[in-house]
Amino acid sequence: MIIGEPAHLPDGPDRGGPAQPLLSVRDLVKHFPVKGKGLFGKGAVVRAVDGVSFDIRKGETLGVVGESGCGKSTTARLLMHLIKADSGEMVFDGEKVGADLDLTAYRRQVQMVFQDSYASLNPRLTIEESIAYGPQVHGVSAAKARAKAHDLLARVGLEPGRFAGRYPHELSGGQRQRINIARALALEPRLVILDEAVSALDKSVEAQVLNLLQDLKDEFGLTYVFISHDLNVVKFIVDRVMVMYLGKVAEIGEGPAVFGAPRHPYTAALLASMPKMDPDARSAEAPLTGDPPNPINPPSGCRFHTRCALAEPVCSVQEPPLAAMEGLQEAACLMALPGSGHSRAPAPVEAAA
Amino acid sequence: MTEAVAIENLSVTFTGGSKPVRAVDGVSLSLGQGEVLALLGESGSGKSVTLRSLLRLHPPKRSRMTGSIRVAGRDVLELSPGELADFRGGVVSMIFQEPMLALDPVYTVGAQITEAIRRHEKISAADARKRALALFERVRIPSPDRRLDAYPHEMSGGMRQRAMIALALACRPSVLLADEPTTALDATVQIQILLLLRELQRELGLSIIFVTHDIGVAVEIADRIAVMYAGRVVESGSVRDVIRGPRHPYTRGLLASRVERAQKGDRLETIPGSPPDLTALPPGCAFAPRCSLAAPQCREIVPPLAEVGPAHTAACIRVAETV
Amino acid sequence: MSLSAAIGQTPSPSPVVDAAVVRSPGYWTGVLRRLSRDPVAMTALVVIVLLLLMAIFAPYIAPADPSKGSMLRRLKPIGFPGYPLGADELGRDMLSRLIHGGRLSLLMGVTPVPIAFVIGSLLGITAGYVGGLTNTLIMRTVDVFYAFPSVLLAVALSGALGAGLTNALVSLTLVFVPPIARVAESVTTQVRGLDYIDAARASGAKAGSIIRVHVLGNVLGPIFVYATSLVSVSMILASGLSFLGLGVRPPEPEWGLMLNTLRTAIYTQPMVAALPGVMIFITSIAFNMVSDGLRSAMDVKS
Repeated sequence: MIIGEPAHLPDGPDRGGPAQPLLSVRDLVKHFPVKGKGLFGKGAVVRAVDGVSFDIRKGETLGVVGESGCGKSTTARLLMHLIKADSGEMVFDGEKVGADLDLTAYRRQVQMVFQDSYASLNPRLTIEESIAYGPQVHGVSAAKARAKAHDLLARVGLEPGRFAGRYPHELSGGQRQRINIARALALEPRLVILDEAVSALDKSVEAQVLNLLQDLKDEFGLTYVFISHDLNVVKFIVDRVMVMYLGKVAEIGEGPAVFGAPRHPYTAALLASMPKMDPDARSAEAPLTGDPPNPINPPSGCRFHTRCALAEPVCSVQEPPLAAMEGLQEAACLMALPGSGHSRAPAPVEAAA
Repeated sequence: MTEAVAIENLSVTFTGGSKPVRAVDGVSLSLGQGEVLALLGESGSGKSVTLRSLLRLHPPKRSRMTGSIRVAGRDVLELSPGELADFRGGVVSMIFQEPMLALDPVYTVGAQITEAIRRHEKISAADARKRALALFERVRIPSPDRRLDAYPHEMSGGMRQRAMIALALACRPSVLLADEPTTALDATVQIQILLLLRELQRELGLSIIFVTHDIGVAVEIADRIAVMYAGRVVESGSVRDVIRGPRHPYTRGLLASRVERAQKGDRLETIPGSPPDLTALPPGCAFAPRCSLAAPQCREIVPPLAEVGPAHTAACIRVAETV
Repeated sequence: MSLSAAIGQTPSPSPVVDAAVVRSPGYWTGVLRRLSRDPVAMTALVVIVLLLLMAIFAPYIAPADPSKGSMLRRLKPIGFPGYPLGADELGRDMLSRLIHGGRLSLLMGVTPVPIAFVIGSLLGITAGYVGGLTNTLIMRTVDVFYAFPSVLLAVALSGALGAGLTNALVSLTLVFVPPIARVAESVTTQVRGLDYIDAARASGAKAGSIIRVHVLGNVLGPIFVYATSLVSVSMILASGLSFLGLGVRPPEPEWGLMLNTLRTAIYTQPMVAALPGVMIFITSIAFNMVSDGLRSAMDVKS
């Protein structure tokens, strides 16, 4: 059985070497048509993901955070190829997905865990049938797939003898989410997308599952994309973090850098909005007013300028690109872009450098 | 401080299913005038059921309530149907996690608020509308005049939540019940709503019971915290005492497992096992099967809430070991 | 710290696929168990079984020949010597005719539903799973049929095809395909949107496998319950067709037809004239009760 052996075998799945990003995403775009705009009228679109580029490095945990409508869940579904992107490309370990690497082979290596532990398990299948289904699709014999299901159950901390023959509704939310994790691992993926995977769990169970995720990552040499609205959890678990706002990347960088010294005002506001744990230092005022704008008609220029305390006229005109900064941190803010015209922007650097 | 709410030995049993489920088991709580109490607990802890008991929202044919609930000196369990209708909204009102379910989708929010006001008071439609407008301003809804004529689905999540708060306050209740009103909201909106509730509470002298599963939210909003587990209150005290010196092993475990305290790469401390099954509670302390301090005695008797400090109680026979 | 200890579960021995796995009873076992505890549904089920047995063994049970009449004994009341349930307008024994009539009535009432169940499910599940243009094509075609009241549609189809048992069965089947297809489509669309379907797609499974493993098991139950509730409608429509002369022809005993031929006796022997109607009533009520019982037995959460 391949499970349990080191992930990087000499002739193993790793192709491009450690420096090659596991997944490179370039200019990903997904717009959804809005229903109910008349039979023949030109329909409006929800700009769910609107030109997103990022790399997922081998062995890292990349966090994706943002509010509702920021496109994080759509991004997850695009990465998983559950929906088709309007444009953009994805390169998995040096191979272009859909061209060099066919979808079936890609899906074997990328798996997903969903937020709703109940809806993501077929209520009519026993636990072992659910876990064994994926391998069987890829030609593993029923008996082997079943043995693997039992092995994985043990690895996610559920005694196979007690759980394999049971149905999802007989288990608790935490146990079901362990099963979803086992199911995702059954295909021996290299990349696991965790879409709000611990958000619906009780706090006492959430900590157990986070520990489990850390253990499995070390054991199987996994790479995670960890999508969550809970900044505290993200801060704890990720190596790098990507902050999204209205379908765009606002900021991306190493976890400690982004959380310690956010360069995008939205990241700063998001961090400041987290409830304080100190009864003597409660929040005195809300960092942002109003709700996130509707992604059907995103604001012009910088999409955050309508809620940004530091916005200047230039922000509503010019759309900031992701600007690189020290410490491998990038922020899409005119204040981070030299010579952008924002009064707080750094002075333009000499071109010679 | 006079007591706005006094709950004595409340038990709620649901009898609709195949087995009766005792969702709340001997809960006693008190809430002072102008005080904010957070009921903290996980799913199945009985926190929402306790809250809903205050308005007698449980289906009478499929539930049984015992004990007593006194709000502003009146016994809620003894109210006649007519009195109950006046009591709901007039003395105690409630806000929910999902405003879309609490607001009627076929009426404008303004119409719902004016109707609520006129159901409780004899007042002209124009005056009621004026009151509704003032409420909208108070809950900080931008361009309130226009928003009064909006339907719930035309508002964003945060606006709907504000509209629901306005509706809940329409008949000037003295007690506000909040059932996870910020759980479904984005972080930047959640903090706005929490601050708004704090401000309204201060200005109107409201007493609030706020149900949440999020310790951070409880700290932001509450004066006191009552921690519930398996239908019982296991610890209660001021926010400072409970957060800084928790005495019940469950509260200690919850606080210890928080990711905020951990460094990246650490193992999180965890409470083993899963929340209990309410249809098959163990005898004795319900937390004993998950508790590292459990003694044989814990599995036999249900520990009563005992004083562990000034206005700080915990229901554990081994509090001596948790200082 | 070991993994299993760290995550707070009982440490498990290294996994061996063995016989010691605790098996929960399957879904359908549970449904049957809950159904067997429902007194109303069980009574109705017993009634249906008795009716079926009566139809199958009609020649052995019936006291007399259902087609042998006697001009002297026309329209005799219930309890007339030798005629426990009276005699019809041609002096034939009502009891024997009712017993024999059950054969055709049950055949006409029950057969169209399973056939329509298969066709309707096929159409509806395909439309629901594939979606898009396929869905529009299938469902709009179905809607055309659905626009007619079922009685009118049955009569029109039978009329167009001509009278006779087979044509009546065909037209009744066609009447029930659209409603079943619609239910199948809506249930499938609902299931299609659930995360476990996405999880299956993410594992690289093809549509056929997903439908077989993940869709069918979750949609056939609700469609089946709906179909059982149609049996009573089918009974009544079949009787109606025979009553109008579009189904079985005289002198074959069939409850709907008997109701028709006895309608002239409604003033002279109302009790006897009503007997076929009573049989239709009992049968359809029994099927409806079983259907209701099945519906609640299939609700896992109860």
